[in-house]
Amino acid sequence: MTHIVAGGPVIPNYGKATGCIVDNNSFFCTKWIHQHWSDTLQPALIQHIWLTAIAVGIGFAIAFVLSLVAHRFNWLVPPISAFTAFLYTVPSIALFQVLVPLTGITVTTIEIGLVGYTLLILFGNTLAGLRSVPPDVIEAARGMGLTRLQVLRRVELPLALPAISAGIRIAVVTTISLATVAAYITPYGLGKPIFDGLQINYHTEYVISGVLAIGLALIADGALVLVQRALTPWRRARA
Amino acid sequence: MDPLSASATAAEIVFDRATKRYPGRPQPAVTELSLTIPAGEICVLVGPSGGGKTTAMKMVNRLISITEGDITIDGTSVRSLDLTELRRGIGYVIQQVGLFPHLSVGDNIGTVPKLLGWPKKRIRDRAVELLELVGLEAADAKRYPAQLSGGQRQRVGLARALAANPPLMLMDEPFGAIDPITREHLQDEFLRLHRELRKTVIFVTHDIDEAIKMGDRIAILHSGGILAQYDTPDEILANPASEFVERFVGADRGLKRLSLRRMRDVELEPASSAAADAPRCKETTTLRDALSLMLTEGSHEIVVCDDGGEPVGMLSLQRVSDLLREQVTA
Repeated sequence: MTHIVAGGPVIPNYGKATGCIVDNNSFFCTKWIHQHWSDTLQPALIQHIWLTAIAVGIGFAIAFVLSLVAHRFNWLVPPISAFTAFLYTVPSIALFQVLVPLTGITVTTIEIGLVGYTLLILFGNTLAGLRSVPPDVIEAARGMGLTRLQVLRRVELPLALPAISAGIRIAVVTTISLATVAAYITPYGLGKPIFDGLQINYHTEYVISGVLAIGLALIADGALVLVQRALTPWRRARA
Repeated sequence: MDPLSASATAAEIVFDRATKRYPGRPQPAVTELSLTIPAGEICVLVGPSGGGKTTAMKMVNRLISITEGDITIDGTSVRSLDLTELRRGIGYVIQQVGLFPHLSVGDNIGTVPKLLGWPKKRIRDRAVELLELVGLEAADAKRYPAQLSGGQRQRVGLARALAANPPLMLMDEPFGAIDPITREHLQDEFLRLHRELRKTVIFVTHDIDEAIKMGDRIAILHSGGILAQYDTPDEILANPASEFVERFVGADRGLKRLSLRRMRDVELEPASSAAADAPRCKETTTLRDALSLMLTEGSHEIVVCDDGGEPVGMLSLQRVSDLLREQVTA
């Protein structure tokens, strides 16, 4: 199949689908989706998956360490909570804009912003999970001679897993959504075709990109539910 | 020999003026507690709440640190032992059981053996052996704690504490959260188990009846962890050392003493034909139950029968009363 590669956002080239666009701009042009799947939509989708995975991965690593430290040293909970809540309240476009002078129009800028927004949920849920372990279970573990590290690794973390995975699910879904906004700063991920389509008022492009983002969020959420179930067989065991 | 090695069946525990003081509190939680628990005996720590009994028990495995004095296990100070080694050598049972909800029953029981590096097969075999010992089935090893009843959970807790065959068990109100019928059943089974295993047990309860039933010796503590009396149940009921002990054991201490003795423990009179209408009981019936039966039936004597229903002797109301006034024989 021969098709012309799409150009930049300002002078878009719709290739063979031009006719479809001229005739049907008020409607949905499935032909365009077919023609631009491999040069526009698929790369954007893959970029979006990477944006999300890296943001949640780094966010979780930071939040995990913060929750372990806060779990050990209780007095650190209020300042860390306040800091993550503060990050969460900063308007996203403003935050990305503030970062540009520091890190430029790069994927790094987007990732820093996205990581910041995951911390509140990931820190809060991980800490809540660690704190939800019944005190008698901890006492029995210590009484049996488990060291502090063994209590954490063998008892507290496995029991915190449901809360941790609930936090990761929320973080993944919100990051997928928020990452589309980040394309306003750096044209990357599914946000790029959304902004492109909006700019030239071409419905098909931003609608299908939005649908892909929603689909990605639903699939990611469903996959995480399955992973969590596989890791916590004991939660479904009832008399 | 290492007092906490798995081959040791029981250990002698000595509290030597053990004291626990919390900063900012004028009165210690445990005050110069001194007592010796002979190897293989059940010592019950009993007293009103705030009496320091749980604190005293937790000083043994150092879940609570000792401020002054010492506690020794077969002559070795618990303060000189490595914390994790000390605890892995002591079976620990608590009221809420504290089973790990994310681990199967088998893995719960295997916790300490796994920490000690036992081979997998030995851990599995041990779990099955213990499940049968505490009256559960081998198939239960695969279930999760959420699938068990309260009584079953406490049995698993007991099996878990016994896993590495520790010479000492600490039990903190182990049957406190269980319904009365199951509790009595578990108490009886534990006593049977103890006759078999002969481990040293420190058992905490606030229930004097449970203390009398379970204890070879009872230590009664009153507020501030001060030892009010340390003796056999019979001696405490016969000769309370103070007004506090007398009040704590209750006005029915005579009846409680009767519940310590069974028909087979006392000298019976020959069964006479005059007692044909008298109520009958077994050799295992306690004197208390026999007395109750006599009073209910309005009889002055009771006939004791063997398992086959043949009379082996009889006991009169007067003799029960005489027995209570006898000196403690133990």
